Amino acid sequence: MRRREALAKLTGREQYVDDLPLEGFLWGMTVRSPAPRGRVTAVRFGKDVDWSQFVVVDHRDIPGPNVVALIEEDQPVLAAGYVRHVHEPVLLVAHASREAARRAVRSIEVVVEAEPPALDFRVVAPAEQIQYGPDNVLKRLKIEKGDVERALARAPVVVSGTYETGAQEHVYLETQGMIAYLEDDVLVVKGSMQCPYYVLKALQHALARDETRVRVVQTPTGGGFGGKEEFPSHIALHAALLALKSGRPVKLIYDRGEDMAATTKRHPALVRHRTGLSRDGRLLAQDVEVVIDGGAYVTLSPVVLSRAIIHAAGPYACEHVRIQGRAMFTNAVPFGAFRGFGAPQTQFAGERHMDVVARTLAVDPVELRRVNLLKDGQTTATGQVIRDSTDRVAVMERALELSRYREKQGEHTAFNATHETLRRGMGLATFFHGAGFTGGGEVALKSRLRVAGRADGGVEVLSANIEMGQGTLTVFTELAAARLGLDPDDVTIAEADTSRVPNSGPTVASRTTMIVGGLVERAADDLRRRLGLDHSARGADVKQAIRRWHLEHPAEPLFGEAAYEKPPGIEWDDKSYRGDAYGAFAWAAYVAEVEVDLRTCATRVIDFTAVQEVGKVLNPTLARGQVQGGVVQGIGWALMEECTWQDGAMANNQLTNYLIPTSDDVPSIRVAFIENPYPHGGGGGAKGLGELPIDGPAPAIVNAVAAATGADPRTIPVTPERLMELMEIADFGLRNAD
Amino acid sequence: MSSQSAIPNPQSAISVTFTLNGSSVTVEIDPADRLLDTLRYRLGLTGTKEGCGEGECGACTVYLDGVPVNSCLIPTYQVRDRKVETIESLDPRALEAFERCGATQCGACTPGVVMTAWWIRGHPDLLRTHTIRELMAGNLCRCTGYDGIVDSIKEALGER
Repeated sequence: MRRREALAKLTGREQYVDDLPLEGFLWGMTVRSPAPRGRVTAVRFGKDVDWSQFVVVDHRDIPGPNVVALIEEDQPVLAAGYVRHVHEPVLLVAHASREAARRAVRSIEVVVEAEPPALDFRVVAPAEQIQYGPDNVLKRLKIEKGDVERALARAPVVVSGTYETGAQEHVYLETQGMIAYLEDDVLVVKGSMQCPYYVLKALQHALARDETRVRVVQTPTGGGFGGKEEFPSHIALHAALLALKSGRPVKLIYDRGEDMAATTKRHPALVRHRTGLSRDGRLLAQDVEVVIDGGAYVTLSPVVLSRAIIHAAGPYACEHVRIQGRAMFTNAVPFGAFRGFGAPQTQFAGERHMDVVARTLAVDPVELRRVNLLKDGQTTATGQVIRDSTDRVAVMERALELSRYREKQGEHTAFNATHETLRRGMGLATFFHGAGFTGGGEVALKSRLRVAGRADGGVEVLSANIEMGQGTLTVFTELAAARLGLDPDDVTIAEADTSRVPNSGPTVASRTTMIVGGLVERAADDLRRRLGLDHSARGADVKQAIRRWHLEHPAEPLFGEAAYEKPPGIEWDDKSYRGDAYGAFAWAAYVAEVEVDLRTCATRVIDFTAVQEVGKVLNPTLARGQVQGGVVQGIGWALMEECTWQDGAMANNQLTNYLIPTSDDVPSIRVAFIENPYPHGGGGGAKGLGELPIDGPAPAIVNAVAAATGADPRTIPVTPERLMELMEIADFGLRNAD
Repeated sequence: MSSQSAIPNPQSAISVTFTLNGSSVTVEIDPADRLLDTLRYRLGLTGTKEGCGEGECGACTVYLDGVPVNSCLIPTYQVRDRKVETIESLDPRALEAFERCGATQCGACTPGVVMTAWWIRGHPDLLRTHTIRELMAGNLCRCTGYDGIVDSIKEALGER
């Protein structure tokens, strides 16, 4: 089936939040902190502005607790006298003219008595920078399996390495934005978001309104990638506060500069590996330390850290593993959810380290992976027994075959020996991604979903899971239609409006098709049961029964319902961090071919192969698009996307100097799926797919750069400048040797 | 701080007449108004999107006298007596290949992508000197990885 809303998007008819008609509204704007840390001693309003024309909101206008409710209640809606990061919201202003509101924001001066900020998460902060607990550690987590110290002491070879990854900006093409207005006594907030119920919770809490007086509606969302998981709650609260104070509708849309400077990004990370091996490359011990920069508030960092450490040892069998993770408080703009959620950082380190190990032991990187990839019956770092019958070596073999890995290696040897200025290389990464919430997360979410029978005999899926480009509308339509034998045109998907749809959980963690998709099918079954139909009833019989039911029960709602049920045999202990971290893992092997220009040290990916086992593929076009888009986002992270920081603020907060890949920067991405249906996944066996493809490109590419040049990059992005520095060091060594 | 720039006020309003999607329109604007804002907020043509506001992403692509331009970089007064075409002017029936090949995901870049793609389709000679990937490089997409877009254009050109 083709993407449901494709034509509306292609013709520009799809209405995003900034496209919605809104009468008599004010433009909202945010006044932010100029400093990373300190006491707000004064707010000076410019004398050239007639302030009687403006609505101004500060923390004293917040009816409830001044907190954006998430994991911890530490982040204020608006700073109350103290700021912890640059761009922290302090005041809000609104005016009917957008330009007037902009001018007003520029004429307000927030005066901060600066205190020493903590700006480097990698070093131990001196006493004057400590602001969270005794040591600025937001969260500590540990995985332990076997006896690492003993195994390391006995290992014939120990290879160590330190790896770093930088922040990454989401660059969803639609910037963040919300509108808010009152409909009688009900506050309505609409906008671009992944998690309507997160926004609802935050609004209820800080505005002290019960759920009957707040309604949150997701508007078509122009990309999210995690950036619209937790952050939209802030904008929703800001727009709502202005609407409540002014009594007028308020529209608050970030421009690109504000969006890049003030919203969350991928957590920067530092990962240290100490790996014990036999001489032929069998993993005997993995000791891994993971440190991530959380920024100035807790936000989702503990959960990102959790996923980071669970994926840190890679898809390998090893009896002795210790992974210690820390999320650090700094005075950076808080980091947040981003596709992969910690796993890309640790798997970059892990897969780059595998090649460093291979080079140290002088074994082939392919063979190193072949002997260590998990086989059925073996366990992950948390002790989860893998028994899904996926042949992970075969996944890798397929990637090697499709990419012509071996042949290309030979060709490159000849090419590199003769070409004056270009060097080519192949790089491999084998990796995995657990889908759905970690551990007991899905149980705690208690997701619910309904499939309603419409008076005309069709059905409507009521869920809080949203479309942001990844294909929810299409996949849910396909699932409901297939289950009930209906035509896709007989299925509608309800707008994600919290006054109508049950809470089927957030649209994150690659869970929508795999977990919520299963609820669509079970709710459809329940609808059939409520109609008194046999399980085999399909198509016209179902439609007729729905119509008849409505005639017999006028004005009564008709729906089937399903709630999440934990698959049997899944056990997780959050205290010891042992057990089944995820219901299922998707497995993948990616191969990159790069060309490095020795004159500029610029790297081009000239060929890319992505092979993955993601259970059953429900919609090949959508699935391929997810992989290709994820790979290209990964190419950007690996080679060009670099946030530069100045006193805790992003200095390159524009697309002119924060570069993402264009069509001309990347090759066509070759995609292949190996299907091994997951018994508990939606649509007869889907596993999560959305995040997996961001885990593999960076290590595959950097491994290829190392193969091409002999340089040994350990930090991404591998910009020309960074590579040039490494090559010069190598050259210098050479010259000295001469 | 530019305290001069533009609360719209009657003194600074100027009148501009141009051809929009085949019809003549006249708008009162501030001299600093961008074509993008005039189209979206004054004329209600919200198909043209803002992605970056600085001519990098191409989401706001429209045709000015038949040539694709970033409407965020064009002051509205500059289109006086000229011809502007937006995504709303395209025939939806012609977009079948884009629908089929996965050219759109989130859709925020899509109207701009379609405008540039449609221009390439109308100027196939360009492909003698440039690749589709080169010609599309002014339109950033964060979802598709570009394969869906490139494939759609190839299909639309009847190359496959």
